[in-house]
Amino acid sequence: MNKNSLVSISDYTKDDIWRIIQSAKSFEEQPNRSVLQGKIAATLFFEPSTRTRLSFETAVNRLGGKIIGFADAATSSSSKGETLKDTISMVSNYVDLIIMRHHLEGAARYASEITNVPVINAGDGANQHPTQTMLDIYSIYKTQGTLDNIHITMVGDLKYGRTVHSLIFGMSHFNPTFHFVAPEELRLPEVYKNFCDKHNIRYYEHTEFSEDVINVSDILYMTRVQRERFTDLIEYEKVKNVYILRNKMLANSKDNLRVLHPLPRVNEIAYDVDDNPKAYFIEQAKNGMYVREAIICDVLGIPCK
Amino acid sequence: MSEKKRALQVAALENGTSIDHIPSDRLFKVASLLGLENFSEPITIGNNLKSKKMDTKGIIKISGKFFEEDEINKIALIAPNVNLNIIRDFEVVEKKRLSLPDELIGLVKCNNPKCITNNEPMKSRFDVLDKKEVTLRCHYCETKITKEEIQIL
Repeated sequence: MNKNSLVSISDYTKDDIWRIIQSAKSFEEQPNRSVLQGKIAATLFFEPSTRTRLSFETAVNRLGGKIIGFADAATSSSSKGETLKDTISMVSNYVDLIIMRHHLEGAARYASEITNVPVINAGDGANQHPTQTMLDIYSIYKTQGTLDNIHITMVGDLKYGRTVHSLIFGMSHFNPTFHFVAPEELRLPEVYKNFCDKHNIRYYEHTEFSEDVINVSDILYMTRVQRERFTDLIEYEKVKNVYILRNKMLANSKDNLRVLHPLPRVNEIAYDVDDNPKAYFIEQAKNGMYVREAIICDVLGIPCK
Repeated sequence: MSEKKRALQVAALENGTSIDHIPSDRLFKVASLLGLENFSEPITIGNNLKSKKMDTKGIIKISGKFFEEDEINKIALIAPNVNLNIIRDFEVVEKKRLSLPDELIGLVKCNNPKCITNNEPMKSRFDVLDKKEVTLRCHYCETKITKEEIQIL
């Protein structure tokens, strides 16, 4: 792998995470800079993701760079059967940075081995989406003033939720306590619990989404329970309305509690939560832009103060 | 010494490598993993031979061939407990235990159908997380696979 790419949150040490947080903070104070003048970034979205692509493209634009790319594999040569290797090699001739999203897992790692141009993974299937994890961590830092000793409650689909798994890895450096709230079918896989055990991270599992668990939390990380994840649809019908956050459930929560969600939400956060000052998911998405500015400069070796 | 007195089930080797105590049902897999079909050196293969340690065993003797560590260690994937003897002038000069290398390239299929390695013309690549229990992690999609799930390419 070329050393500057960001493919997986496990590529980052604790120091790396801190460096990005500090840099994101400075971009939040001053988002418009012309440090990418004369540079071109490619956004290669083999799988469409409007939210992520717009966030990255805004970040590049605010840094003064130019963008080429595609928003959908249907408009790229991969629809003609070109290999990923050829597409990446070809694009590498033109640009200074590749930002890619792909439906296949491991695609970004492979791309980073093909080219000397830095690659930022904007999501590879169910595997990794490290800039999402960094914006989650930045949001935790901003709302709590620290990353240490935070109680994080994760709710919903903990089995397939990529953002949940990556956040466990990313926060593992900071002595967190986790509460995992999920229906039986969507419980956190053993491999992540083993990871917690190995790193002496405290965690508790719940099947009930109760006020008790909300009231001990600093961060409530909601995720979507998707119908297509269930083998047993009767089971889905039983649980689909159990893992919904309603405003009244926040009545006795801690003052510093903030509700996060990687978005898009469907019905797992009721709309009456939106007006509660503890709802943070829209600002969370905005933080993504600053974090991406920080990461883009970092992979290109551009110092930022 | 007493073993030497009995008739050998497979002819003795002057110089080369002897791989003994291969489980009978793995012998031909071991042979293909080592790529024996491409060797020009004389090779003796015995299988379903009587063994004190195991019911029946297989044995492979390759004359004039001394393997690189990584080359031979990959058979630990399917037969971790073989005896590996380096023979010079009819004497065993070195006995080796197999130990999996840190990385396996192009040997094992990733079990994740959505892994890039199953969709591009490229070699698979695994990090060996646990050499004893044989736990592998795909270098690309990060899927973990255990001993029972391993499919040799």
